[in-house]
Amino acid sequence: MSVVVAKNIRKSFGALQVLKGVSLTVEGGEVVALIGRSGSGKSTFLRCLNGLESIDDGEIEVAGHRMSRKPAELRQLRRDVGIVFQSYNLFPHLTAGENIMLAPVQVKGLPRQAAREEARRCLSLVGLGDRFDAYPDMLSGGQQQRVAIARSLAMQPKVLLFDEVTSALDPELTGEVLAVIENLARGGMTMILVTHEMGFARRVANKTIFMKDGIIHEEGPSAEFFSAPKTPELQAFLRSEVG
Amino acid sequence: MNYTFQFGPLLNYLPQVVSGLWLTLLLSFVGIFGGIALGVASAVLSTSPWKPGRLLVRIYVEVTRNTPLLVQIFVIFFGLPNIGIRLSPLASVFIALVFNNGGYVAEIVRGGIEATHRSQVEAAESLGMTYFQTLRFVILPPALEKVFTPIVSQCVLLMLSTSLVSAIGVEDLTGAAMIASSETFRTMEIYLVIAVVYVVLNFVFRGVLNIAGLMIFTRSRRRLLGRA
Repeated sequence: MSVVVAKNIRKSFGALQVLKGVSLTVEGGEVVALIGRSGSGKSTFLRCLNGLESIDDGEIEVAGHRMSRKPAELRQLRRDVGIVFQSYNLFPHLTAGENIMLAPVQVKGLPRQAAREEARRCLSLVGLGDRFDAYPDMLSGGQQQRVAIARSLAMQPKVLLFDEVTSALDPELTGEVLAVIENLARGGMTMILVTHEMGFARRVANKTIFMKDGIIHEEGPSAEFFSAPKTPELQAFLRSEVG
Repeated sequence: MNYTFQFGPLLNYLPQVVSGLWLTLLLSFVGIFGGIALGVASAVLSTSPWKPGRLLVRIYVEVTRNTPLLVQIFVIFFGLPNIGIRLSPLASVFIALVFNNGGYVAEIVRGGIEATHRSQVEAAESLGMTYFQTLRFVILPPALEKVFTPIVSQCVLLMLSTSLVSAIGVEDLTGAAMIASSETFRTMEIYLVIAVVYVVLNFVFRGVLNIAGLMIFTRSRRRLLGRA
């Protein structure tokens, strides 16, 4: 069953057309990597999938919810779609545990005790079982990002979106965050990742998509995509990324 | 300079001064907490997507912050009866104090809300939270924590400003002093005494408000105690 279906998405910021008809289908349990240069539209596309950006044209259906502008319908969709941001976006006044408990208690109406246990379970999943009471400013960037992943997991989403989640981290911390994502992939989580980590995309993603100038320029199963890129633009991009 | 201080005659006025003190405390309490409530509500409205609300708050804040409190009290007590709204002196000053403090607090809190990054709101929305849940749990707590010190300063200033209510005959601490002064002519003594009382009140209010802040904002408490 398709968890994400996006058809012919168009989006402009003022006179600048950022997405010029992007279509994507993601099946349950699939991991899709979105790559491309800055300004290619990959992050904007990802943000359209949970309604953080409104679309000008096209259709989106995620986890069985049709994209809507109505706040109540949008909230229903967002309950099933997790997103992790480049700059973590943890709530600074709440501990790691409270960050994770907030939405299950307020949005899902989970009793506090159950939410606390769920938060502990999610923290253990990302290897931070002992940092429940730590405030975000007491954690390293990598730890904060893992808490942010745990916060999304606690809502038991049907699909997780990752928006360049390791771009603000140094290589060592990047490794610990990627290890968590790889674990989720093995556990069968449906995920879409905007990333600059080519090796990771190649290893973990079932499918990789190269975006350029607001369209999908080339896509394919990751193994072939990286070993035998067809278009000269992707070849040039991969050369520059490998450096 | 051969003035002889005589505090003795003032003792007879102790009951008036004490009841004035209570009234000053009551006026400050209502002004401070009423003003904080009105100010936070106004600040929320001033950052909401609803344009008429934003405009309304803008006008309110400009009016309160650009006119003297004494004039505001006069407008409410002397001016409103002309259009058929007759309020007692006490009711007038309660309204004026809340209205005045609300304007200042609104502007301070607006700064705190605007300093809360948009990405926090996106994170909350992405978790399926409503506008009011986002406001209540994500935007306001860190915003109020950031601006807590200026709010305390403003509220202590308001406590001092309650002395203006004596201008329309309300017998607060200053009002009681005016009566004692005119009846005993020990003007210097009585005003020195109540000045000292105001200084003490100042420290008490600052202390109580700061302790309240530490109880509300757990993260500040952790910082202060140095508990990691």
